[in-house]
Amino acid sequence: MFSLGLTNAAYVVASILFILSLGGLSNQESAKRAIWYGIAGMALAVIATVFGPGVYNIWLILLALIAGGVVGWYVAGRVQMTEMPQLVAALHSFVGLAAVFIGLNAEIMLNEVLALRESFGGTIAVVPEGTLTGFGERLFVKDAVEIAILKVEVFLGIFIGAVTFTGSVIAFGKLAGRVDGKPNQLPGGHMLNAAALALCVILGLLYWGGAGIWTMVLVALIAGFIGWHLIMGIGGADMPVVVSMLNSYSGWAAAAIGFTLGNDLLIVTGALVGSSGAILSYIMCRAMNRKFVNVILGGWGGTSGPAMEVEGEQVAIEAEGVANALNEADSVIIVPGYGMAVAQAQGAVSDLVRKLRAKGKKVRFAIHPVAGRLPGHMNVLLAEAKVPYDIVLEMDEINEDFPDTDVVIVIGSNDIVNPAAQDDPNSPIAGMPVLEVWRAKQVFVSKRGQGTGYSGIENPLFYKENTRMFYGDAKASLDALLPRLD
Amino acid sequence: MRIGAPKEVETGEARVAITPESAGYLQKLGHDVFVEAGAGVAAGFTDDAYRAAGVEVSETDTALLDAVDMIVKVRPPKQAEAERLKPSQTLISFFYPSSNAALMETAAKTGASVIAMDMVPRISRAQKMDALSSMANIAGYRAVIEAGNNFGRFFTGQVTAAGKVPPAKVLVVGAGVAGLAAIGTATSLGAITYAFDVRPEVAEQIESMGAEFVFLEFSDDELPDGAETGGYAPPSSPAFREKQLAKFRELAPEMDIVITTALIPNRDAPVLWTRDMVEAMRPGSVIVDLAAERGGNCELTERDKKITTENGVTIVGYTDFPSRMSTQASILYANNIRHMITDLTPDKDGKIVHDMEDDVIRGATIAHGGDVTWPPPPPKVAAIAAKPREKVVVPTPEEKRAAEITAFRAQTRSQITMLSVGAVLLLLVGLVAPASFMQHFIVFTLACFVGFQVIWGVSHALHTPLMAVTNAISGIIILGALLQIGSGNWLVVLLSLVAVLIASVNIVGGFLVTRRMLAMFQKS
Repeated sequence: MFSLGLTNAAYVVASILFILSLGGLSNQESAKRAIWYGIAGMALAVIATVFGPGVYNIWLILLALIAGGVVGWYVAGRVQMTEMPQLVAALHSFVGLAAVFIGLNAEIMLNEVLALRESFGGTIAVVPEGTLTGFGERLFVKDAVEIAILKVEVFLGIFIGAVTFTGSVIAFGKLAGRVDGKPNQLPGGHMLNAAALALCVILGLLYWGGAGIWTMVLVALIAGFIGWHLIMGIGGADMPVVVSMLNSYSGWAAAAIGFTLGNDLLIVTGALVGSSGAILSYIMCRAMNRKFVNVILGGWGGTSGPAMEVEGEQVAIEAEGVANALNEADSVIIVPGYGMAVAQAQGAVSDLVRKLRAKGKKVRFAIHPVAGRLPGHMNVLLAEAKVPYDIVLEMDEINEDFPDTDVVIVIGSNDIVNPAAQDDPNSPIAGMPVLEVWRAKQVFVSKRGQGTGYSGIENPLFYKENTRMFYGDAKASLDALLPRLD
Repeated sequence: MRIGAPKEVETGEARVAITPESAGYLQKLGHDVFVEAGAGVAAGFTDDAYRAAGVEVSETDTALLDAVDMIVKVRPPKQAEAERLKPSQTLISFFYPSSNAALMETAAKTGASVIAMDMVPRISRAQKMDALSSMANIAGYRAVIEAGNNFGRFFTGQVTAAGKVPPAKVLVVGAGVAGLAAIGTATSLGAITYAFDVRPEVAEQIESMGAEFVFLEFSDDELPDGAETGGYAPPSSPAFREKQLAKFRELAPEMDIVITTALIPNRDAPVLWTRDMVEAMRPGSVIVDLAAERGGNCELTERDKKITTENGVTIVGYTDFPSRMSTQASILYANNIRHMITDLTPDKDGKIVHDMEDDVIRGATIAHGGDVTWPPPPPKVAAIAAKPREKVVVPTPEEKRAAEITAFRAQTRSQITMLSVGAVLLLLVGLVAPASFMQHFIVFTLACFVGFQVIWGVSHALHTPLMAVTNAISGIIILGALLQIGSGNWLVVLLSLVAVLIASVNIVGGFLVTRRMLAMFQKS
């Protein structure tokens, strides 16, 4: 129905729509329009492909599309906003798995085509009638160099796809709390990964030399092991980087498959997604003042000496005291963290904000780039609780305003407000940009207990003279606080 | 509680510890207020003014002292006054316990509590009751007025029809509260003002008052650390002192008016303006020595006297500057007292709570419950800690320009290196790769560039939707499966069918969840 030219034209339009849909995310209002560009682009691409040249088994395709669509629709409708990180991770794994399957398919087809060519003496240039359909036809016309490159692409597609798949599955497990969030590695650690990688490269070279499909199956399995082991070794709080990285990988996997199939739309989209994930990972790493390699290989940077002694004691306060301070304050900044997501406290926070704003107080949110388990996680949770986005500010926008602020409420965040990052050159997080909450007149920290944060380091903020600890589950604490505000 | 202010017995003392205005505040705290007849007359407050404010005026001091529970005064009590204190009474006044040990002993033996206004710790919270500062402020102002009174010329420079008048040059030594007040007064009268202090951190304050800081070259170890002594300047080393004097010697002939305010806690005032400096000054010049009470900063100062030297330099050695401005001084002192009593009456119910745990009250109390409680333990809150400020090296425009050029060159170099390495790699690929691959490769590279440009523009707040939407878009891999599904081999069909299935979960799920998220973002 669609000629090759028409299909390609549709692909061009779809690429433009995808670019626009990503570009539209520059602000909240244009984003609402941009999402429709993305949907339209995807619909166009799928329709043009399904009804384009060289596609068969349309009923089967429609069946799979509808079934998959229904599952997707059901999942997207059901998921809680706090579960967004694990959903994103789970979806990444699908892309990875699909890439592995498509890569294997390409190899199977290649073998068939080569066998066919052999049976005709290996010299004919036109596909014989009735022997090959679809993808096979395209493979048939490739020359020796093209096939060599194709094999590299297949290898890359399968390798990246498999790493993405198992890595995402583990990331999903960690984020959903089904796998222990602590870094956990087999003996041998990263040497094991390196050995596995070397093995993959050797298998790839064998495959390139014509060793057959078993090498690729092995590569898929070993790469799967690498993905699993790599992500197992990374702790929960580094998940923003991991998820962005997997996001990037899923894009590169798609691009590699695009090369294999000679499909430009796949290449363009894969490259877009790949670079998007790469930039997100970079932003997250910079927000933690850590090197990408350091995050991926796990562990905090080496310390050069003993950590600074923390003097003083943590002073607890009850809801009554917090309420009094809030009643008297003119400007309030709230710093949410993963603890707010865990306690599902965003609704209570929103009520608090509404109440304070109704009394004419200036209430704002300060969001650290790595707060939560996904880039932008806090923004989504606050948006869900109907907190207007124009009072939710980034670290760079609000850090200078803390000295003029009467009350800061820290809800379930720890390392991102740790003054040791600035004061103690021996601290593991030294140099990490942090929210300077301690410069405010008064700080209340809502926290479950006296434990340390993810990085396991003491937070001198809790011992400061202007800090009071508001112990308890974030949601319960806020619920106790709300009726006391007059 | 009944609070009363007797008439000051010290000769020449014109101040009073309660004004009609402060009496109003004290009454609001639940106290009854008394004054001795005529106590405020010298400061400009008549007995009728007190009566109008609801204050009871006692005819004699005996009547007053018998009637009240708390005595507030300006000057330290005389021996006789101290002996007359009753155990239930509290006395608030200046006391200078370090030089009045015997008096303090006497007062403590009576069992009364004594709060010394000069012992209020120098912490932020106690600034409102820091009577030393408020009196020093007045002294600084009055010192300039006194100097002007004895100086035969204008402060400000003028060009008149009758001729040109040069502005007066004023040097203020010691930039404490009094010094800064003197600087402010002198500059506002139009004089060219110079100021010196051993603490380099006050240079900024001096400049903010409009004076020029007299800069002295010294190394860091010569530098006294003012933060350790509660904000006062500590004694300086002999070497440092020599440099200081040399500088003053250099300045002396040019200065018309010199105001010295240098004091070191619990010591005689350092001699900073020596005889030869006075002799070097021009006739008609004036020196006002605010340290006269402690021996004077000027070698020739005579306490409580105004003298004129042989070369016609007037040296003022008065010690009662605040009292010479009795109305202003009384208003401020009464306010300091009033703030102290506010802290002593935490519940505003007229009941005095002498909280010895409170840093400020504990620090100022020198006798309590029959014991001498001086000196106090160090306060829990450290005194004003002025850390020596690091010198910010401001690059000159040339340096800035040079740095910019270097940075630009480095950037150009790294960009060119990267571009050429990239180009060479691409050329190498192009050597072996067929045209069809290179076509796709162009598309891939351009898409990467577009992606980098576009993604940097994405708002931080929308990073989660960005991930969800890129997730949905990466479902484009479905195209690969769609292209393979009709290829004949059953295994291929099966695998691509699964791929289509999961990719479509991805697409639909990703887009829907993104839409859900974006719909939640609302503007206020």
